[in-house]
Amino acid sequence: MSRFDFTLAVGDDALIAAQRLGEWTSRAPEMEEDIALANIALDQLGAARLLLTYAGELEGAGRDEDDLAYLRDDREFRNCLLVELPNGDFGVTMAKLFFLAAYQVPLYSALAGCADERLAAVGAKARKESAYHLDHAALWVKRLGDGTEESHRRMQDAVDQVWPYVHELFAPDPAAPVDPSTLRADFDATVSAVLDEATLTRPETGWAPGGGRDGLHTEHLSYLLAEMQVLHRAHPGASW
Amino acid sequence: MTDARAAAAAVVDPEIRVITIDELGILRAVDEEPGTGRVVVTITPTYTGCPAMDVIREDIRRALAAAGHPDAEVRTVYHPAWSTDWISDSGRAKLEAAGIAPPAPRGDDTVVPLTLAVRCPRCGSPETTQISRFGSTACKALWRCRSCSEPFDHLKAL
Repeated sequence: MSRFDFTLAVGDDALIAAQRLGEWTSRAPEMEEDIALANIALDQLGAARLLLTYAGELEGAGRDEDDLAYLRDDREFRNCLLVELPNGDFGVTMAKLFFLAAYQVPLYSALAGCADERLAAVGAKARKESAYHLDHAALWVKRLGDGTEESHRRMQDAVDQVWPYVHELFAPDPAAPVDPSTLRADFDATVSAVLDEATLTRPETGWAPGGGRDGLHTEHLSYLLAEMQVLHRAHPGASW
Repeated sequence: MTDARAAAAAVVDPEIRVITIDELGILRAVDEEPGTGRVVVTITPTYTGCPAMDVIREDIRRALAAAGHPDAEVRTVYHPAWSTDWISDSGRAKLEAAGIAPPAPRGDDTVVPLTLAVRCPRCGSPETTQISRFGSTACKALWRCRSCSEPFDHLKAL
């Protein structure tokens, strides 16, 4: 991936994750969790804005963060499939957030030390926020996994359901500012430690769907984009 | 005409109105171009998605204009990343007086922050528990005192 494609991919991950997490607002199982998910969504949106703004500058075609967020179709998005999957129940949402954060923490840490100053600044900032997200998601995974029989069953189901989608995150790419394959060991160590404590089983590696980085998405992304983009497209340039 | 640095430094945080942006550590620099009088203010957000940033930028421009510096630009930088360690001692005291427990020192930012005992800003008791890891703004968590039973905000160490 070129620097533009990479920045777009990392920014799209954050943007789509923000949109999905935002769907929980006013619907979370308790008020504290409602606030937590909205705050995490806000952090993801903050990182997305910086990354998409920079991607637009790298591209040099005059597109800003809004053009990239609101005026691209599904085939032009480069986010991983993991973030576009529906929220499912609370267990699925936590499994998705846990795997995403376990990937974003080493990713942003590596970016913080990369040669590109703009990406390094975003990495240094976002890794602190992602560490907090990871902590939060890990607490829930443990609490549900090592909870009641029902919560354990549903958390394990969630992990099994989401797990195939993590492999796409680590597809080797030596040309990218950070080669995603170098983040896998860190991710695996985090995941194993938390799942062990949660009395959950890590699924065997098998089916590994991918394609998000090439713009080949699940049908879920189109519906998400329709909701996210409709206002901007109906009223171009509107402000309030 | 008032000193540009003093005018910018006096702007209060729109979400925590007892503390200035200078005390909060988000005001990084105020530079006045010799000759032209143009002022360039550099700020950094507490959190990447902090929704108060637009208001802060406007408040700075308004404060500078009122102080006789109509030609002002506000720049936002992300490096080095803001840390709660940048909150000044006077800022910490003001937070506490307003019922917001200030953050513990963080030190090295390469490690995940530990949760240390948070002292109740009302009665001073260390017997406190976290109710929610997230609070009314991106930078706060919600706690409760077991001694005086009062809930309070705690600025998360970052």
